[in-house]
Amino acid sequence: MKVTILDYGGGNVPSVERALQRLGAESHRSDSPECISKADALLLPGVGHYAALVRALDEKYLRAPLVEAIHRGVPFLGICLGLQVLFKSSEEAAQVQGLNILPGIVSALPSHVKLPHMGWNQLEKKCESSLLEGIDPGSYFYFAHSYAALDSNGSTVATCSHGAEFSAVIEQKNIYAVQFHPEKSGDPGARVLQNFLRRSA
Amino acid sequence: MSLAHRIIPCLDTDGERVVKGVNFVGLRDAGDPIALAARYNAEGADELVVLDIAASRDRRPTFLETIRRVAAELAIPLTAGGGIRTLEDGRAVVRAGADKVTVNTAAVERPELISELSREFGAQAVVLAIDAKRAGAHWDVMVRGGRESASLDAVKWAQIGVAAGAGEILLTSVDRDGTQIGFDVMLTAAISKAVTVPVIASGGAKSPEHFVEIFLQGTADAALAASIFHDDVQSIRALKEFLAARGVEVRLPC
Repeated sequence: MKVTILDYGGGNVPSVERALQRLGAESHRSDSPECISKADALLLPGVGHYAALVRALDEKYLRAPLVEAIHRGVPFLGICLGLQVLFKSSEEAAQVQGLNILPGIVSALPSHVKLPHMGWNQLEKKCESSLLEGIDPGSYFYFAHSYAALDSNGSTVATCSHGAEFSAVIEQKNIYAVQFHPEKSGDPGARVLQNFLRRSA
Repeated sequence: MSLAHRIIPCLDTDGERVVKGVNFVGLRDAGDPIALAARYNAEGADELVVLDIAASRDRRPTFLETIRRVAAELAIPLTAGGGIRTLEDGRAVVRAGADKVTVNTAAVERPELISELSREFGAQAVVLAIDAKRAGAHWDVMVRGGRESASLDAVKWAQIGVAAGAGEILLTSVDRDGTQIGFDVMLTAAISKAVTVPVIASGGAKSPEHFVEIFLQGTADAALAASIFHDDVQSIRALKEFLAARGVEVRLPC
């Protein structure tokens, strides 16, 4: 099994690659629609602006093959913006449409707390989670974002709070997504990636 | 359950080796950045900052190679900077493996640099480094490695920088840097109160008590230090245990 990392031009691809390498997983970067259609497992990392990610997916004709692969049941892991793009849209960029795979929208975190929500925070588990299997409940994960999925829905398995409670881990059949950066979250982060790899195998 | 206060070791480099000095002068060799990065990653550092304090154009490829090798050692975020003057400089640093870019002098000269970087990488990736020095009732922004005054009020500059798109402030007290008499609590509290983004306090740390002070009174979100970690004056693990015992929320390494 090889993980296809969608390389849409964002920043954290090398660190995701390194994190997978440390786990002994095979991965390759791609921005080609054909490769995405043929992928065994897909990983969408994401940093930066919602609109930049959505535009890159559209300009490179990746939206349709990506949505199709996810619906076909190909294991998918979205990281940070890669989680947010699963929703219909985001307040960060009202003019563009997300992948609309999960119901609801991405909203701004409340302004009475310091933003971005930057640093290490803990999770609150809502139900059984494959991604969090074997991870100490007190573990910290690294977050760096100002927008989040505030309306938790049926697919939210763990939340985090910063001014408001938001979806931190999402699992729905073959769809996995985390708002934090597992590739930057030390040992617990590595375990999340390993759990995804195990689920995809 | 809330956001942990971050402890951030900083590697000041000449591009290739870690160097250190007092009040920005009198540099001496302090070690191999790759070995130090691996050590801090294992000891529970929450992030790492790597700066090119020489920032000479012809040494840039060496610094980028240092970033690449440091990044390879880390499972925590990496911030890099020093001599970032253009969007292209920022891109090179991000491509080499940095999660965040710091800007300093060039942003004072051309604040649009902050917006350009922020638009491309997001505010969470743009750290405005401010070197501040007490000048009467306020603090002056210092540039060119803390040597020259920019004739700019540090609190105002922090607000301008955040409005331009900086997602974090790395605040160094030029008065305290290298002195080991403690962080500048007043300066940090003033900036932290004035901006909506996280503030990293830097300059003057030695004892664990200094860290308690800067988090509780200085309301810093993160604290940065260099030589006390490099020289083993203070272990990150012991520091975090001390902070936790004093009621400061930190991420304790397992």
